[in-house]
Amino acid sequence: MLKRTPLFATHVGMGARMVEFGGWEMPVQYSGIINEHMAVRQGAGLFDISHMGRFMVRGPQAEAFLQYVASCNVAAITLGQANYGLLCQPDGGIVDDIFIYHLLDEYLVVVNASNRDKDWAWLQQHCVGFDVELEDRSERWAMLALQGPAAEQLLAQAEDSTTHDLTHLPFHGVALTTVFGQTALIARTGYTGEDGFELFFAAGAAPEMWQRLLALGDVKPCGLGARDSLRFEPCLALYGHEISATINPYEARLGWVVKLDKGDFVGRETLAAIKQAGPTRRLTGFELVGKGVARGDYAVHSVEGEPIGVVTTGMPSPTLGKPLGIALVPTALSSEGSAFDVIIRDRPVRARAVKMPFYKPRYKK
Amino acid sequence: MSISIPGDLRYSTSDEWVRTEGEEVVIGITDYAQDALGDVVYIELPAVGTVLIPGESFGVIESVKASSDLYAPVGGEVVAVNSDLEANQEPINQDPYGAGWLLRIRPSGEEEPLMDATAYAAYCEERAH
Repeated sequence: MLKRTPLFATHVGMGARMVEFGGWEMPVQYSGIINEHMAVRQGAGLFDISHMGRFMVRGPQAEAFLQYVASCNVAAITLGQANYGLLCQPDGGIVDDIFIYHLLDEYLVVVNASNRDKDWAWLQQHCVGFDVELEDRSERWAMLALQGPAAEQLLAQAEDSTTHDLTHLPFHGVALTTVFGQTALIARTGYTGEDGFELFFAAGAAPEMWQRLLALGDVKPCGLGARDSLRFEPCLALYGHEISATINPYEARLGWVVKLDKGDFVGRETLAAIKQAGPTRRLTGFELVGKGVARGDYAVHSVEGEPIGVVTTGMPSPTLGKPLGIALVPTALSSEGSAFDVIIRDRPVRARAVKMPFYKPRYKK
Repeated sequence: MSISIPGDLRYSTSDEWVRTEGEEVVIGITDYAQDALGDVVYIELPAVGTVLIPGESFGVIESVKASSDLYAPVGGEVVAVNSDLEANQEPINQDPYGAGWLLRIRPSGEEEPLMDATAYAAYCEERAH
């Protein structure tokens, strides 16, 4: 039985196309992926991301515990701020990528939908010996993302405050406020490369919140298809593609998320050694010189025809108007201008490494 | 959403349509297929003169989300290609049975098993669940 968010009936009722994603029955598109994609780049789009995991971590050693399981410097996340981090295995592979929000007396940890059970077990297993309390709030809270350059101005109309707190919210800031009479956490975070917000509030209020946010103005309901193409252009990692249990942060170009000098944490020793030696393979962006569209899992060969890597994500980029891809290749071939072949339908198609990101994020900082 | 299935065409299990026009046939993808694919952004079609073998892939059609093979519903020689689609693929989504046509073929007589509109409608309905 596939799991459903509190907005399942709303999506079906509004005519969204539903698909299975990581054990969830989710909308893949409403009006069309390109249409939704461009709405977020140019205006605003609304996503139901209630399938993601939301865990609370509190207690005297909440910070110390997160510092021990996450790769980022949790001590540097000030109250009311959030940061990106990784849960790493002792061998350096990635358990998941997460967002840690520093709230009053507790932390909110947001994890990938497909990894919810695994991450919960991982946190439970590693919190032994720490004076902390974990609570899974994934079912009690819904989670929406309102993304795009118009998001701030639209959401400000929904905030029941004369001080318009959210317009003062810094990049990655998080605050408790009231939206359409509903208590909600609002964070200036997202997964699209645009300015935007993520909202956390009582699950029961989700259908009304969804409808009222859409009614604010020119807000397009969006599905997971546009969520994927929007995160692809600014090269934001997707678990199971750019990162996984067998891909380490240095290979994924996420070395900046690994703070080796912050003290001990799970995976630190191995990660320090990997950093010192340098990764043997690395993600690179590429464009196709020949014709075709590269997709995830397609093989990558050297120009001499040797299998050397794999495409992690590939698609026609709606904003840039051409097929682009990300591939995991030997480090020597991961710099701009390198040539390799992507095997598209049994035929090698020449590709050229290009800089990532393909689309420069337009965050409001 | 309702799917358009014209009564005068024949249909393959891989969602191509076949229209007989005198000695030749015109083929394309169905409304069901374009709807399932989403916005088409790229298409690769064979050159005029190519001989198609029924059931074999003759090209590829790409949306943001997925790649799909195109399979020949009938055998024969390609006599015309809808070259307008190279620059703009929108007709495939907007008008799959008209301006979105793909190939004109001089048929060899060999065919995949094809369905009439009623059978194809049932076939689409079946997959909607």
